[in-house]
Amino acid sequence: MATGAVAVSRSSARPSAAHVGRAAAKLGIFVLVLAALWGFWEGYRWLWMHEGWTWPFAVDDTTMPHIHDVLHALFKRGATGSLLISDLLRAALVTAKEAAVGFVLGAAIGFVLGVVLAHSRLLQRGFLPYVIASQTVPILAVAPIVVVYLGSLNVAAWFSVAVISAYLTFFPVTINTLRGVNSADRRAVELMRSYAAGRWRILWKLRVPASLPYIFAALKVSATASVVGAIIGELPSSIQDGLGGEILSFNQYYSLDPTQLWATNIVAALLGIAFFLVVVSAERIVVRRAAENVA
Amino acid sequence: MTVVSLRGISKTFGDGGTTALQEIELEIETAEFVSLIGPSGCGKSTLLRIMGDLTEPSAGNVIVNAKPARQARIDRDYGIVFQDAVLFDWRTVAKNIALPLELSGWDRRRRSERIKEMVRLVELSGFEDHHPWQLSGGMQQRVAIARALAFDPSLLLMDEPFGALDEMTRERLNLELLEIWRRSGSTIVFVTHSIAEAVFLSTRVVVMSPRPGRISDLIEVDLPQPRTALTREQPRFFELVTQVREALHLGSELEGGAPAPRGSEASV
Repeated sequence: MATGAVAVSRSSARPSAAHVGRAAAKLGIFVLVLAALWGFWEGYRWLWMHEGWTWPFAVDDTTMPHIHDVLHALFKRGATGSLLISDLLRAALVTAKEAAVGFVLGAAIGFVLGVVLAHSRLLQRGFLPYVIASQTVPILAVAPIVVVYLGSLNVAAWFSVAVISAYLTFFPVTINTLRGVNSADRRAVELMRSYAAGRWRILWKLRVPASLPYIFAALKVSATASVVGAIIGELPSSIQDGLGGEILSFNQYYSLDPTQLWATNIVAALLGIAFFLVVVSAERIVVRRAAENVA
Repeated sequence: MTVVSLRGISKTFGDGGTTALQEIELEIETAEFVSLIGPSGCGKSTLLRIMGDLTEPSAGNVIVNAKPARQARIDRDYGIVFQDAVLFDWRTVAKNIALPLELSGWDRRRRSERIKEMVRLVELSGFEDHHPWQLSGGMQQRVAIARALAFDPSLLLMDEPFGALDEMTRERLNLELLEIWRRSGSTIVFVTHSIAEAVFLSTRVVVMSPRPGRISDLIEVDLPQPRTALTREQPRFFELVTQVREALHLGSELEGGAPAPRGSEASV
């Protein structure tokens, strides 16, 4: 018996060789994939330009700028005299705040809605079609309405953007919470009943913990969606200093200098990845259970 | 004292559908170890679930500890163990055992004392902080037993608890269960489809027959206590195993009065 405990504690107290090896392998794969994507972009560009192919579109410096030109653009000084990358990072921070608030708001609403719907088949029948319908309405059509409504209530513009972001965030969380809460083992529910546990305690002690892998799977989707939501929300809300504003202005100069828009896209993508990684780290801490159960 | 009293229990599934149980009468006394045995479909698990108020009977009365089964459930009078351990993956061994204690409102100090005691009882000391998936099937089932016994229920309901385990583990856990039963002094109702297991463990075997499920025989097991690995080698053990087997075949033969297909089986 004691040997089992010793073996486990030893393996966790020895991060050296195996851990370093795995980290190196991860880094290697990351670099390899990055190099492959870079090679594909540049190879495609070279081949199409060399052969003069125009299908599906003509390739030139405007449609597909060199990647090193895009990276170079990050370190050029703009009209204000500051580096593009520092402008973009400042904009990313503005967008990140809106997206983070939107994400938390959306996740909370999504979770509560999922739990409520899971407890009543009648509510599920009545509400779910509208929940789904809400996602088929284009966010671009909803965003201005939200901005006008909340603006008339004197709500800060950035909060309107957070609400739009929440609109994209809540849906996956609702659907997966609904699924996860009902995923609890039927026998485990009976076990709880044998302890005379009521609905509420069965929910907190069993159903919610059992649904965490499902909820985190949804949060991963929502994390990136919240960034997209925030960027789109910035467009009609006349917020100029976020990534949405940058995209809008660089869009106008695209034919003159496409690298700036591409550079902005890279920063926006990095922001989405950062959000995703935060959720993954939270999952590692919160979900302690069999590895095969982690979605 | 009578712990479980079943009066005229019948259970029908669906509207006028199959009759799972018909007119069951059974009394179980304090500190008895009663096994319910029968072929699949005889309703033995359903009967156990009715005792635990997890399924309602279509007719009849269930009295547990001199009160209706529902009240006994709410008073946490019984512990239950299923065929699968049904442990909560996100809880450690200690926290799994603590679950019913948390729900009964025990404070932290009392809980941790009790956990220590239970872990020792099922011989899992040193594994308190392990998660269920780090344990073997037999160890998981021992955690489930510890959890069921944690709040000292007067009645333990076990639904084929060792059915999914290999023969070796099963025989060892049988001995451990008898030891726990003797020390705790609780009453155990045990569902199984193994004749040898039923005879080895029980003070009384309830033989059931299928379609509709009913009690076809009650067999007193007069093997001396405490039972050991040697009990399985005594002539009386084999006699009782034979007696239960014959009762089972007789019960199946009676089924529906259909003569042809069961005839060959009865001659075994």
